Amino acid sequence: MSALTSQRLRRWLKPRRGWVIAVPLLWLTLFFLLPFGIVLKISLSEAAIAIPPYSAMVDFGAETLSLVVTFGNYLFLMSDSLYVSAYWGSLKIAFVSTLACLLIGYPMAYAMARAPAHWQLVLLLLVMLPSWTSFLIRVYAWMGILSNNGLINNTLLWLGLIDSPIRMMNTNFAVILGIVYAYLPFMVLPLYANLTRLDGSLLEAASDLGSRSINTFLRVTLPLSKGGIIAGSMLVFIPAVGEYVIPELLGGPDTLMIGKVLWEEFFNNRDWPVASSLAMVMLALLLIPIALFHRYQSRELKE
Amino acid sequence: MRKPSFTTVMLILGLVFLYLPMLILVFYSFNASRLVTVWAGFSGRWYIELLRDQQILDAVWTSLRIAFFSASMAVCLGTLAAFVMVRFGRFRGKTALASMITAPLVMPEVITGLSLLLLFVHMAELIGWPGDRGMVTIWIAHTTFCSAYVAVVVSSRLREVDLSLEEAAMDLGAPPVKTFFQITLPVIAPALAAGWLLAFTLSLDDLVIASFVSGPGATTLPMVVFSSVRLGVSPKINALATLIILAVSLATFLAWYLMRRSEAKRRQAMQLAMQEA
Repeated sequence: MSALTSQRLRRWLKPRRGWVIAVPLLWLTLFFLLPFGIVLKISLSEAAIAIPPYSAMVDFGAETLSLVVTFGNYLFLMSDSLYVSAYWGSLKIAFVSTLACLLIGYPMAYAMARAPAHWQLVLLLLVMLPSWTSFLIRVYAWMGILSNNGLINNTLLWLGLIDSPIRMMNTNFAVILGIVYAYLPFMVLPLYANLTRLDGSLLEAASDLGSRSINTFLRVTLPLSKGGIIAGSMLVFIPAVGEYVIPELLGGPDTLMIGKVLWEEFFNNRDWPVASSLAMVMLALLLIPIALFHRYQSRELKE
Repeated sequence: MRKPSFTTVMLILGLVFLYLPMLILVFYSFNASRLVTVWAGFSGRWYIELLRDQQILDAVWTSLRIAFFSASMAVCLGTLAAFVMVRFGRFRGKTALASMITAPLVMPEVITGLSLLLLFVHMAELIGWPGDRGMVTIWIAHTTFCSAYVAVVVSSRLREVDLSLEEAAMDLGAPPVKTFFQITLPVIAPALAAGWLLAFTLSLDDLVIASFVSGPGATTLPMVVFSSVRLGVSPKINALATLIILAVSLATFLAWYLMRRSEAKRRQAMQLAMQEA
């Protein structure tokens, strides 16, 4: 920037700079960061039959200030095997779904990045279009396909391949299928963005030097697309762990996922403190994946 | 003909996987039978029933208004955040702002929804606002997570834009605010439009966060669809799905057409410049 411009910009900005920064920073602090503090606070209080349904932590009664903090909710989570297996189930289902998304999405993104230039925009729009329609309706679509009198079972029965319908709805398989279907575009997008930036001359050099294509892929392409793999995997894994809609619609009674348990604690049992501690533990479990995503996302943005 | 490569086959299969379930929905929306899985002849009755369903129509209107205002506010906040991140150099709180832009992209919705509801309940106790939860609280919630998406879209565009245009304007004596509105803003306008549309669809689509922060007064479209879908497959929802898919496809096609035209124009201008040179 020329000296004159930067001087003028700096002089103009100096008294106003703070205000411009403050607007987005304050909004996000108030409506994104601060709420986590409140969730933490409620998770440390006791449930009560009141509106809102928890006991006040700070009490000014009888001229003494009393501060009541209880870790009871967290101990309760640890002692009840329901919650532990719900966390474990969520992590397992999210992991398998992420892996499936990666195995399907990587070749797709690779083919898109190698496609002729005038095809790339069309392919990108085709992959992203489903994610702009409606998440709920895309999950709902599978209900008609997988159910006992659904499309697959009816077709198989009609062909005489099976005698009685195969149970696919209300299983963990349906939940994983639903997650893969709903989140696949979010895996392909960062992978494609990463693979298009890949320097073609590196691959040429590798093949000129006699490297076989699989070898080139494993030694050159795969390591160079690490950023895209991590960003895409985290975009699928983290929301999938807390997923509520998919296990509710496609899952069965044996599908234990923490997002659904939290929803039921909150809306059905109206136990706000337990729901809050469930959220805090989930957040703690996801802290490392979120940090990893943040690191690669900010690195992508800097390029 | 060359044998198609493994990745091309996977791309085609992947696209079939993405589109087949949606096409099946569209197909069965024209089914005369109430049983969604049995074909009983062509009929448009579910569309007529859909348009007569006052609850769904009200919910559509509520959702559209919330999405419009959320997307508009998110574009303002997100653009400001992106501008601050890209053009302001180092400042205190930059790391915090960067984290608060990327974290909402992946944060599970149940956590965001619960935490915002608890915030609104606390604010109501402390300052008496918001008294009732409804459209305003949903608007705040949607604006917050949508502005993160807008910030990502706009900041990647801001990084591509040539700084020299802004510098030239200011060297010629244009004040920074005028430079922003007359130079920077028109250049990043496509990113603003993309960010607005993305925020609009995200807001229209959200079920979980809205369910937490809404009150009895505001029922959005996803809430109505969800309560109906929970009970099982319904042909009216298929008709609604078809209309949504149609609207999104048309909008995407229009966007593609405009992008292709501007690209062709740019190429033509470059060719002309080359010939003259």
